[in-house]
Amino acid sequence: MSGKDWKGEVAERVRTVPPSGIRRFFELAEEQEDVISLGVGEPDFSAPWSAREAGIQSLETGRTSYTANRGKRELREEIARDARRYELDYSPEDEIIVTTGVSEGVDLAFRALFDPGDTVAVTQPAYVSYVPGVTFAGAEPLPVPTRPEDDFKLTYDVLRDAGAEDADALVYCYPNNPTGAVMTRGELAEVAEFCRENDLVVLADEVYADLTYDGKHASIAALDGMRERTVVFNGFSKAYAMTGTRLGYALGPAEAIGAMNRVHQYTMLSAPTTAQYMAIEALRRCRDDVEEMRRAYNRRRNLVLSRLDEIGMDCFEARGAFYVFPEVPDGDDDSFAEELLKQEEVAAVPGSVFGEGGEGYLRMSYATGTDELKQAMDRIESFVARNY
Amino acid sequence: MNEEKRRELVEVLVDDARRSTADLARMFDVTENDIEETIEQLEDEGVLRGYTAVVDWEEFDDDRAEAYVEVNVSLDRETDYVDIADRIARFPEVTSLHLVSGNYDFGLVVEADSMNEVSNFISEKVAPVPEITQTVTHFVMDKYKERGFGMGDGDDDERLSVSP
Repeated sequence: MSGKDWKGEVAERVRTVPPSGIRRFFELAEEQEDVISLGVGEPDFSAPWSAREAGIQSLETGRTSYTANRGKRELREEIARDARRYELDYSPEDEIIVTTGVSEGVDLAFRALFDPGDTVAVTQPAYVSYVPGVTFAGAEPLPVPTRPEDDFKLTYDVLRDAGAEDADALVYCYPNNPTGAVMTRGELAEVAEFCRENDLVVLADEVYADLTYDGKHASIAALDGMRERTVVFNGFSKAYAMTGTRLGYALGPAEAIGAMNRVHQYTMLSAPTTAQYMAIEALRRCRDDVEEMRRAYNRRRNLVLSRLDEIGMDCFEARGAFYVFPEVPDGDDDSFAEELLKQEEVAAVPGSVFGEGGEGYLRMSYATGTDELKQAMDRIESFVARNY
Repeated sequence: MNEEKRRELVEVLVDDARRSTADLARMFDVTENDIEETIEQLEDEGVLRGYTAVVDWEEFDDDRAEAYVEVNVSLDRETDYVDIADRIARFPEVTSLHLVSGNYDFGLVVEADSMNEVSNFISEKVAPVPEITQTVTHFVMDKYKERGFGMGDGDDDERLSVSP
């Protein structure tokens, strides 16, 4: 055993950030044998075969060197072409950077754009990394809790009530993890208005953009006067079922992307090369695979929403990502999730793990086979009947 | 149900024809009645011709034999492809029959309880048909994929049970 006490050595901004609440549930779930998990934040599909095959082929032909810092030119061109589906027009030259997952992209933005003392408004409930990421970058996170009565959408009032007018930036993710909420172009317009009025930079995590079930995804960067103040993040993890290949990208004004690239070139250097070959193929030839997965998710979403309704758990109609966010009968999401796991061996994540506004709700992922999903819903039904 | 949903329903049934009407109704956000009516229509229209199981007979310890048979025919004024196909298709041993492009005319799949039975069937029932000029039989040695289903052991779900 080492005699050194590292407690005093760990940086304060790291020490003060608690471990993710997800971790505790993961450990609880691991103790059980026959768990059906609705707690997984990634697709149950594998990446489309042609993308995987392109990765294999790149390895066979020895494509194992670094790429350009910003990613292979070919890939950036495909990304630029693909982004036009959402009315986003960015130059492969200096407005696109390929990152090691969206996670790296978001972290790059935090580190490249924020100074100590900057305030970053973080929409909640949200993916668990934003608040720690802002803290690690030395800036101050300001939680902006969305409300169930707004179906967990961001609104002008919610931003104002949280005091976001003094913030330097706003981070959000729509379609949202954990709620499954999506925002229409019209709804984004008032967020855009708030950000323009108060001069906020917007970091828009749109990694679930392709998994929108009712209408087409809208990006805030496509709204008037927003492109110049927005960085959009997207990637291959969710829609292309490529979580483990770790590939994402950011789109933004050249100055912002250039600053992010400054950090990237001294830290990550370049995103994984094999993954980049897979991504090129994914963008060129896997749209049908994505659409097929999207439709499968949609059927499961309908199945789960209708079962929740039959069970008597209130749930707004989540229209994106692969999550639903039902209300827990007595409001105690932590005990509900823990007891559900113990009594019925179904894992779901308590909403409070995702920050303010998540208390009293449960994140259920339907990125699970239909048969298991059905079985999980049967178990939840008897659990609720027995306990509530 | 609209045309897009009808098509999707067919795709779902191709993937798993055993889904209950109640679950299909939930999945498509329609009533059970809608599902039943649509399936009935699709059957009446001849879109849905039947429902069957994909079986790996080997797992059943059953030595069934299966062969692809290439068949060449010669047509005359009185006989066309449909006449010949109709004659061959009536045998229960023939599980599928297609007219194909290329070096031969018909591709048959023949199934029976043993290789011997398949051979006998070809030589006694198929080859003697007057319009058939040649047959080439390929016995199936092993199966890796059948109507979309892999015949291997399948992959385990390696995802973490809970993740952000």
